[in-house]
Amino acid sequence: MALTLKVNGTAHDLDVEPGMPLLWVLRENLGLTGTKFGCGIAQCGACTVHLDGRPVRACSTPAASAAGREITTIEGLSPDGSHPVQQAWIEHTVPQCGYCQSGQIMEAAALLARSPNPTDRDIDAAMAGHLCRCGTYPRIRKAIHDAAKLAGSKRSS
Amino acid sequence: MAAQATLSRRTVIRTMVGAGGGLILGFHIPDALAAAVAPKPWTTPTDGVEINAWLTIDADGTVTIRVPHTEQGQGALTSVAMLIAEELDVPWESVQAVFADMHRHVNGGEEYIVTSTHGSQLVRDQHPHIMQAGASARERLKAAAAEAWGVDRRSVTARQGRLSAGNRNAGYAELAAAAAEIELEEEPAIKTPDEWWLLGRPIPRLDAAVKCDGSAQFSIDTQLDGMVYAAVKCCPVPWGRLVGYDFGRVKDSRGVIAAIELRSAPGRRDNADLQDGVAVVADSWYRAKAALEAMPIEWDFGADGEVSSATQAAQARELLDTEGEVSSDTGDAVGTLAASNRVFSADYHRPYETHARMEPINATVSVTKERVDVWSPTQNQATALQLAADQLGRDTRDVYVHTTFIGGAFGGNGGGATAVTRQAAEISRRVGRPVKVIWSREEDILQDKQRAPVYARLSAALGEDGLPAAFLSRSVVFTRNPLTIRLADRGIANMPYRVPNRRHERHAAPAHIPTATHRAPGANQNGFIVEQFVDEMALAGGRDPLAWRLEMTKGMEPWQRVLAKLKAVSGFRTDLPRGQGMGVAVLEDHSSYCAACATVSVSREGELTVDKVVLVMNSGYVINPRAAAEQMEGSVIWELSHALYGGLELQQGRFVNDNFDTYHLMRLPQAPAIEVHFALSEDGWWGGIGEPAGPPVPPAVANAIFFATGKRIRTTPITRQDLTWS
Repeated sequence: MALTLKVNGTAHDLDVEPGMPLLWVLRENLGLTGTKFGCGIAQCGACTVHLDGRPVRACSTPAASAAGREITTIEGLSPDGSHPVQQAWIEHTVPQCGYCQSGQIMEAAALLARSPNPTDRDIDAAMAGHLCRCGTYPRIRKAIHDAAKLAGSKRSS
Repeated sequence: MAAQATLSRRTVIRTMVGAGGGLILGFHIPDALAAAVAPKPWTTPTDGVEINAWLTIDADGTVTIRVPHTEQGQGALTSVAMLIAEELDVPWESVQAVFADMHRHVNGGEEYIVTSTHGSQLVRDQHPHIMQAGASARERLKAAAAEAWGVDRRSVTARQGRLSAGNRNAGYAELAAAAAEIELEEEPAIKTPDEWWLLGRPIPRLDAAVKCDGSAQFSIDTQLDGMVYAAVKCCPVPWGRLVGYDFGRVKDSRGVIAAIELRSAPGRRDNADLQDGVAVVADSWYRAKAALEAMPIEWDFGADGEVSSATQAAQARELLDTEGEVSSDTGDAVGTLAASNRVFSADYHRPYETHARMEPINATVSVTKERVDVWSPTQNQATALQLAADQLGRDTRDVYVHTTFIGGAFGGNGGGATAVTRQAAEISRRVGRPVKVIWSREEDILQDKQRAPVYARLSAALGEDGLPAAFLSRSVVFTRNPLTIRLADRGIANMPYRVPNRRHERHAAPAHIPTATHRAPGANQNGFIVEQFVDEMALAGGRDPLAWRLEMTKGMEPWQRVLAKLKAVSGFRTDLPRGQGMGVAVLEDHSSYCAACATVSVSREGELTVDKVVLVMNSGYVINPRAAAEQMEGSVIWELSHALYGGLELQQGRFVNDNFDTYHLMRLPQAPAIEVHFALSEDGWWGGIGEPAGPPVPPAVANAIFFATGKRIRTTPITRQDLTWS
């Protein structure tokens, strides 16, 4: 089935079955391997991307349902890794193995977009869908608070 | 600092297919400016001069350090680079780290000595030869300068990338080519800790930036021209037989290319050996997996299909009543217990746990007449190369392994990953194309080499002073793996406390479930068991648990240091109101001593919150306190994941929980506040960091729960025990 997906601002014409999960289209058809496979059942969050700015689990999102919408992956979050969440993540050296961090970063970026000054409770609610086996949670929390400040200072400058 | 510089770094990857279809991978960094790691740090010759196998120096002074270990999140790229930069004496900003070439290592004299990345031993055990490589390069640069300038080598200094003597000076790069030709009459000694300028500083890890923009290349991200994908299913009851399958039902599904039968070799049951299974190959992994799931497969589970957690528990109960193999024995524990009238005992249990590293097990292999290329997330890349050669009957000189980042390993990616290397090699050979094998999460859990379950019975006899006069422990571990059996005593047989009569006995009960090391093996289970029983002994004798531990380790300096510091920083107390509690525990693991204090709240309805964990570490030396603290925080989450939530349930020979909807792990909202302290002995030694902080945490939490609720927690997962109180 012919399908047009707009990913990181670029339209791609694809021939995939409508039920093919977005994750595999991104990784295999488009070579965007920053979005990770973790569980296949929307339980770990490693595959999180944005659909029209909202976080979704690409492993459980049929590609067809993403047609006509703006898809953003970790590769398209910022042109040069300078999104406040990415900057805060680097500053706090959040990643260890790094495998889950694309998903964590996309979730955190979506949280800050809708809630510029999140409370700890907001962070709990937003990040609960993500697993990190290295146990980077303490730094993720700190980095989200710092990213909020960084984004705030960017807006006011 | 350094990490930010990679944001602007451009990288160029060249992938060419040679005349015979073999891959030639080239990697080049055009504008290296600062200490960094590239998204795809696998090695090819740089433009620089090779001083020795470990490092090259570019014309602009950039030092490229080749790391023969894997980066699985523990910071190998950063720590190896630090060890060499310390000795070489170059600005940290001029350093970049890449993965060393395993083809050269395996076929060229094993210059890197140890390539396996396990056991918290990279810095601990390997620093002498790694630092030696840096020191040797530095002295050869000095010798080259001395020769060029006609001065004595002893008058030449090498500091921060510059050589100088009198009014002469030059950058390392200018003398690198001459240094490469020099042979030293005597190799220099490595520095002593009082001479360090870089080691001991809190250095941010080098690979943070590439892990924040999606560019870091993991094994699962490998993409090759003409590559196809395979989904694999092995017998869900490990070592069961494949009876048959009906490929005809799915062969016309879109994209499906082939079904490949995998067979175990008779008599071979090592962790890296193939098991019976079947793979479906397709032009997309999703299509391969969908077809595999739709394809009827028949298995013969054999007698192992009757084994369950309940049958193992029954078997363990019987074994706990019989004497096991004695693995440590001091005084007369059995006789003292028999003669005492103040005896008590308790049974404890920890179930199977799985590694569930976030990157599901995978491998990509390209087999051609000319060469074999391998990408595999194994903790020993040299082993991946050798296994591919063995599976294919090829000379190791034909096999190239490409080291990528690894999405976690935790002890499970030795044999656990190498079996998949065989699968991918076999499938690629049979379909004649490059193949990427990915295990679904379900396959990743069912076919993992698990942490073995343990059952233990502890007995103590108290003396007139209320302190134990005798201590007897007996444990049952279910495994066939000699390594698992050997490590099963850790934390229990070597318990430090001054008990005059002590004995540990062990039963190893064979089971079909394969097992492997699991971060802090042995100690991760025995800590929960021994350090709770310690509280039971202390309280039975009317003692404060922390005071008891201080008393019972008197004269043992490393233990005293962590316990005294824990007392000072934790505010440990036993008189909190009902529903709140604090607990302590201390263990030695991988030559490091770590004490923990946990604070918990438990509602009347039994809902547990771990509010805080305080850790005190004595590892002798610490080369990077920032990276060490990150590892220790991670160890807390790791162990609490299993103690609070995990636990695999075995029924009819296979695990019931096979994905994250049924195998639960700690998530961000449940993570406690974590405080990390160091209390380092002055007469330093090299202790491990990646594992020892985990084992004391579950018993500290369980001891805290006892004070909060009056309930002793004898098995895990803790959140499935009845914690209600009134």
